[in-house]
Amino acid sequence: MSPSRPLTKQKMAALVARDIPDGAFVNLGIGQPTSVADHLAPGTGVVLHTENGMLNMGPAAAVGEEDPDLTNAGKQPVTELPGASYFHHADSFAMMRGGHLDVCVLGAFQVSATGDLANWHTGAPDAIPAVGGAMDLAIGARSVFVMMTLFAKDGSPKLVPECTYPLTGVGCVDVVYTDLATFDLTPDGVVVRETFGITPAELAGRLDVLRS
Amino acid sequence: MSRTRFFDEAGAAVADVADGSTVLVGGFGMAGMPVALIDALIDQGATDLTVVSNNAGNGDTGVAALLAEGRVRKMVCSFPRQHDSWVFDGLYREGKVELELVPQGNLAERMRAAGAGIGAFFCPTGVGTPLAEGKETREIDGRTYVLEHPIRGDVALIGAHRADRMGNLVYRKTARNFGPVMATAATTVVAQVGEVVEVGGLDPEAVVTPSIYVDRVVTV
Repeated sequence: MSPSRPLTKQKMAALVARDIPDGAFVNLGIGQPTSVADHLAPGTGVVLHTENGMLNMGPAAAVGEEDPDLTNAGKQPVTELPGASYFHHADSFAMMRGGHLDVCVLGAFQVSATGDLANWHTGAPDAIPAVGGAMDLAIGARSVFVMMTLFAKDGSPKLVPECTYPLTGVGCVDVVYTDLATFDLTPDGVVVRETFGITPAELAGRLDVLRS
Repeated sequence: MSRTRFFDEAGAAVADVADGSTVLVGGFGMAGMPVALIDALIDQGATDLTVVSNNAGNGDTGVAALLAEGRVRKMVCSFPRQHDSWVFDGLYREGKVELELVPQGNLAERMRAAGAGIGAFFCPTGVGTPLAEGKETREIDGRTYVLEHPIRGDVALIGAHRADRMGNLVYRKTARNFGPVMATAATTVVAQVGEVVEVGGLDPEAVVTPSIYVDRVVTV
């Protein structure tokens, strides 16, 4: 049974966390994906990777216990868990590209029906572009989960037949978690896994990707 | 007697940086940022620099201070836009600094290639995106790759935790980041460290950057 209301950000994060396999090596992108860590149950053995060179990253550092030499990809002070390891940047990104990470969770401006991801640049002429590790993660992790609202503030869908924003990666997204529905992007097209506060028929009426 | 030279103050260690140099600057945000070396470079006066660093400065110190002094012609970085990148943002909008945006893993691997004698390499990152436009591509075993070229520095300025009197370096936590890679990729490598210990004072199994890469060490 689907809940009758759209998911809050916290509930989306909990849903993503539920789908991360025990023992997985996982990279959580900056912004909303970072909150997935708060919902990983203790004892699952999930190991968090941070692009700036660490495995088994722990939670945010408590006030007064911040260490400027220990930060996450968002440059926030974090902690290390027992069994943590440190490595340099070329190794950190070799882990991504080499297919060693099981899952990464990223935010998005747009995702296409075939799994293209746009999340680094709006393409606006006055915008200063910044890509960070998004392109490496998108093509490197074995499973790419996206978390986003399904519709932009102007009401336009963010799950689209083709991205209009500059791409981060081609055909790389596997699952899209949104406030209104979760979607699997399969070789046979977009499959609605679950809806929240909207009926599948209503959803199909608002999304071109479901009307093929 | 090690070939690495040791300095008590940063100025002497960067005295010969020439105008127009490509300078690799370690750090991810402020973690591992060699602020004392950058301050010394500002005092030294070198200009028209190409700076290769993950970010384009945070706040008003480090790379941001070098930018604010108008010494940087071009930034090569992955993530210039941040909440505290006001110095770069202003210069970029006024057209006073060039930007080459590079995916973060390519930035690291291109420097690794420079340090490892690799002529160029095929990389899957960025295929089909604007950052691969105009670059050679090749399909290998059914997957498309982009040809990426090395990034070599005239000088690398890095931060490390500790050195020994040989010039071996160890780092601390995520402040390691780009330091070990940049140390391999520049003609002259200058490390600022918190402490220098005697030869034998570092566990050889724990050395991250071997002394062969390190030309100058400044204790800060």
